[in-house]
Amino acid sequence: MTTSILLTGVGGQGTILTTKILSEGLVSLGYDVKMSEIHGMSQRGGTVNTQLKFGEKVYAPNIGRGEADIIVAFEKVEALRALPYLKRGGKIVMDEREIYSMPVLIGQQEYPHEADKVLKETVGDVVIVPASKIAEELGTIRAQNICLLGALIAALNLEGVDWEKLVASSVPPKTVDINVAAFKAGYKAVKSN
Amino acid sequence: MKRVIMSGDEAIARGAWEAGVTVAAAYPGTPSTEILENISLYKNDIYCQWANNEKVAAEIAIGASIGGARALCAFKHVGMNVAADPIFTVGYTGVNAGLVFVSADDPGCHSSQNEQDNRLYAPHAKLLCLEPSDSQECKDFTVAAFELSEKFDIPVLIRMTTRVCHSKTLVELGERKSSVVKKYESKPSKYAMLPAYARLRHVAVEQNLIEAEEYAYSSPLNRIEMGDRSVGIITSGICYQHAREAFGDSASYLKLGITHPISKKLVKEFCAQVDKVYIVEEGEPYLENAVRAMGIDCLGKEVVTRQGELDAQIVRRAFGIGAEPEVYEVGIQAPARPPVLCAGCPHRGFYFAMKKHRDKIVPLGDIGCYSLGVNPPFNGFDTCICMGGGFSMTIGMAKALELQGDKRKVFGILGDSTFFHSGITSIIDAIHAKANVCLCLLDNSITAMTGHQQNAGTSIDLMGNEAPAIDAVKLILAAGLDEKNLRVVDPIDLKAMDAAIRDAIATEGTFVIVTKRPCALLKEVIKANAGAHCVVDPDKCVGCKSCMQVACPSLAFENKKAYVADTANCNACGLCQQMCRFNAILRVEGKQK
Repeated sequence: MTTSILLTGVGGQGTILTTKILSEGLVSLGYDVKMSEIHGMSQRGGTVNTQLKFGEKVYAPNIGRGEADIIVAFEKVEALRALPYLKRGGKIVMDEREIYSMPVLIGQQEYPHEADKVLKETVGDVVIVPASKIAEELGTIRAQNICLLGALIAALNLEGVDWEKLVASSVPPKTVDINVAAFKAGYKAVKSN
Repeated sequence: MKRVIMSGDEAIARGAWEAGVTVAAAYPGTPSTEILENISLYKNDIYCQWANNEKVAAEIAIGASIGGARALCAFKHVGMNVAADPIFTVGYTGVNAGLVFVSADDPGCHSSQNEQDNRLYAPHAKLLCLEPSDSQECKDFTVAAFELSEKFDIPVLIRMTTRVCHSKTLVELGERKSSVVKKYESKPSKYAMLPAYARLRHVAVEQNLIEAEEYAYSSPLNRIEMGDRSVGIITSGICYQHAREAFGDSASYLKLGITHPISKKLVKEFCAQVDKVYIVEEGEPYLENAVRAMGIDCLGKEVVTRQGELDAQIVRRAFGIGAEPEVYEVGIQAPARPPVLCAGCPHRGFYFAMKKHRDKIVPLGDIGCYSLGVNPPFNGFDTCICMGGGFSMTIGMAKALELQGDKRKVFGILGDSTFFHSGITSIIDAIHAKANVCLCLLDNSITAMTGHQQNAGTSIDLMGNEAPAIDAVKLILAAGLDEKNLRVVDPIDLKAMDAAIRDAIATEGTFVIVTKRPCALLKEVIKANAGAHCVVDPDKCVGCKSCMQVACPSLAFENKKAYVADTANCNACGLCQQMCRFNAILRVEGKQK
């Protein structure tokens, strides 16, 4: 059995660090882990996807259409864009934050504000975690990624790892408290859902 | 042994270190950049440098190899074209200490201008070719590559793809061999490729390749996995993983780690054990042509696309196995999110200023962050072919326009790293040819697109040592540009930028504009601007949208007012302020350190 996780966001939101912490935890549990990220041009405010697969033995590192067990979206329409990758019966954990892309800013395209509602109606298993808001209230929006990591760990019931300790050792020393608090808040948001 | 999760690029660096490499050089290019970045972590053991371009990098490595030091040179696929000249001849000379080239191909054009398949270089340039399929193999194959290079006296090409470079998988670490340094001996008949010697070396290398093919038959780098014998799959690199996932145990596999020279004996023996042969490969029918040339019928590119990356589903669909996955569909679409020039990017000022004169200019672009200026609303250039082409092509374009009475001025656009890479030769030609063009050097003090690598214009090198920064302006003047035809401007100063462009259009002859402002994402720039950002005073904003014309990702417009939506990334560059006739945009100072 392989579990496939697709993290999607906008360049600069920290999907890659999130996946790094996640993969380290999963390796410590003894799983074969493969993580795939495409960066380069996409860093400049484009869509960034990071894919992680774990199980007893993983072959291909990337996730095909209809294969993701869970999508973690750092931005509202990125959840929508990633939808074709979700397995039937899969789960979405998403932030409700809206970041307008250039075609929206210059009025060429419309931003579908109702995307979260549409996804809820279609997929059903959609948990909205206001991670950006939580992070901002804690002191910096940059902790949004760790908040969503907490939500993901809760959504997949990935026990057996001291995730908070792993978060603490992976983020800049000055930001440990905020990030651990963000992790807890994200975890709780899913568990109490 | 310690197992860690690392990317293919990190694993190549680790393999080079374990193999006792002492010299490494590269020019940055996605997805290969992290190889040298990670080698620089071993700078106490490995001398490493960013070269001006891939040809220089390859020549540094070749010099080291002939001199007796194990050497590695990395580039992205198109970078190998730049390095091809020395590589084709070092294929003849062979090596002293092991010599390895790493090519990072980019099927799917994630960050590239084409999808070329560099395996084809191996038979053409007479190199050994190894194709790893995960990070463990990246490390192990690199160690093996140096041994094979010395054993057969042939340079080795390790051919990677984006998905191998940028995927992280588990790697068992090994120890470093002591630095491999062989005694240098002068051997002109082996290394000075004048015709008489080159003819003899051609004989030697063909014999070396025959011996390498014999070795490939029993090499552990090639592997047969027997499953169901109704289908035998021949594959290599990442495609092995896709094939394995798609077919599982319902097929048998010949996974080739050595894809040049291909062991014909091994392929024939494998094919004799299976009912039919499928070839699973991205890009060109490289393995397929080799198999067909052995007189073996197989199914490959007839059903597998040459375009983009493969995945397990594409493989299943191609060979008609399994059902199409069911996916969720909704009636709404996500708006496009193309990469854009960052908030505070100096290039924005240049493109915005040029846009006003766009009808009088035919701009030609190049490879770098500034390539993003091609998108609306700037529509900043018409062509983008290769590194340096943005300058050289102007000479030919200006002639072509002249022939059809088109009076527009041809502009060439490239950045500082690209200038040092290949723009220097182009600008010398333009000046020497008295070309009626304007060459724009957008100097942001760093190789930005690939993630801030040092270049000849920076005052520090890859190993963190101080280095003399080369002054591009002095170089251009030394080449003979009339100083009257030179403008050095801050691109965010719209008035100065506009004046420079007007002057360029009005001037007959070669004109040069150098824009100077460091990349907004540079650490020292971020530090200097910490917390500084702009805000829009809603009482003064009349909703005219003038500021929106600069297309800054930090600026948004709602309820008939502009506002700074992303104060975290706005660095108060001031471009939007210059657009506002109502002084509605104010600078908020940060806490400068």
